[in-house]
Amino acid sequence: MPEFCEILKLMLNYSRSAKTAGKTPSGPLLDLVFQALADPARRGMVERLASGPASVSELAQPLAMSLPAVMQHLQVLEASGLVRSEKIGRVRTCRVEKTALRMVENWVAGRRANWEKRLDRLGEFLAEEDEQTEEQPKKRRSKP
Amino acid sequence: MSERNTHHATFSIERIYPAAPARVFKAWSDQPSKARWFACHDDWTPGKHEMDFRVGGRERLSMTPPDGVAHRFDAIYQDIVPGERIIYAYDMHLDDRRISVSLATVEFTAEGKGTRLVFTEQAAFLDGFDDVGARDRKLGTEAGLDNLGAMFA
Repeated sequence: MPEFCEILKLMLNYSRSAKTAGKTPSGPLLDLVFQALADPARRGMVERLASGPASVSELAQPLAMSLPAVMQHLQVLEASGLVRSEKIGRVRTCRVEKTALRMVENWVAGRRANWEKRLDRLGEFLAEEDEQTEEQPKKRRSKP
Repeated sequence: MSERNTHHATFSIERIYPAAPARVFKAWSDQPSKARWFACHDDWTPGKHEMDFRVGGRERLSMTPPDGVAHRFDAIYQDIVPGERIIYAYDMHLDDRRISVSLATVEFTAEGKGTRLVFTEQAAFLDGFDDVGARDRKLGTEAGLDNLGAMFA
């Protein structure tokens, strides 16, 4: 999912430089999301879950840490709303919660989207100018 | 007392235009040209576009969407290299609330007969700026990308 990776990259850049101090309506959850993503092990877990749900032991397998340590990281991710887990039988399955991801993404993506639209319009403007200058020589018009 | 917070973000957008760098640069430096593409929404009411394109000069534009919350853009040019680079600092207000302060860098390089444009914004988003506007902008972008697709079809 290249789109998701792009979102994650934005969020990671964003979380690295995030300074949080406030509790505005959208603030506290965002703060938790940034805290959750500030840790490389947790980022790795989110990236793993981006490719599909996994059990806790599957998450723990590539990480050089104990199962309780993994559970602790998982708790931080769940508190942020980035990850949800449910226990079915003896297996706890974790998955990425897309809404939280979307909320953070919106902050940066909104501004970015605005500029993408502008730059597309710039392209259209340049193309219109081209059409005008192409028409002129055919009519053998002298420069105004 | 209102709560304060700041979130920093940087993003870059690249475009290649089939026009020489001097022409693409002119679309950024000449007010009548810039006014043709800079406002992003056809249904928004643009205010007066002031533009003093020189180092230390200001650019101001207020745009009001149908819901009536004015979006005010206020920039100051910091660095200008004709045909190659523009750097300006700008802030955005929603009505009287400042929602972001940014540094924008626009670089133009020749690419064959065309121009590679790289736009980089380093932004501080302020005080829990909510994403209502962001959702509107996303919808706008989809329309914009469709237009672009149609242009090169």
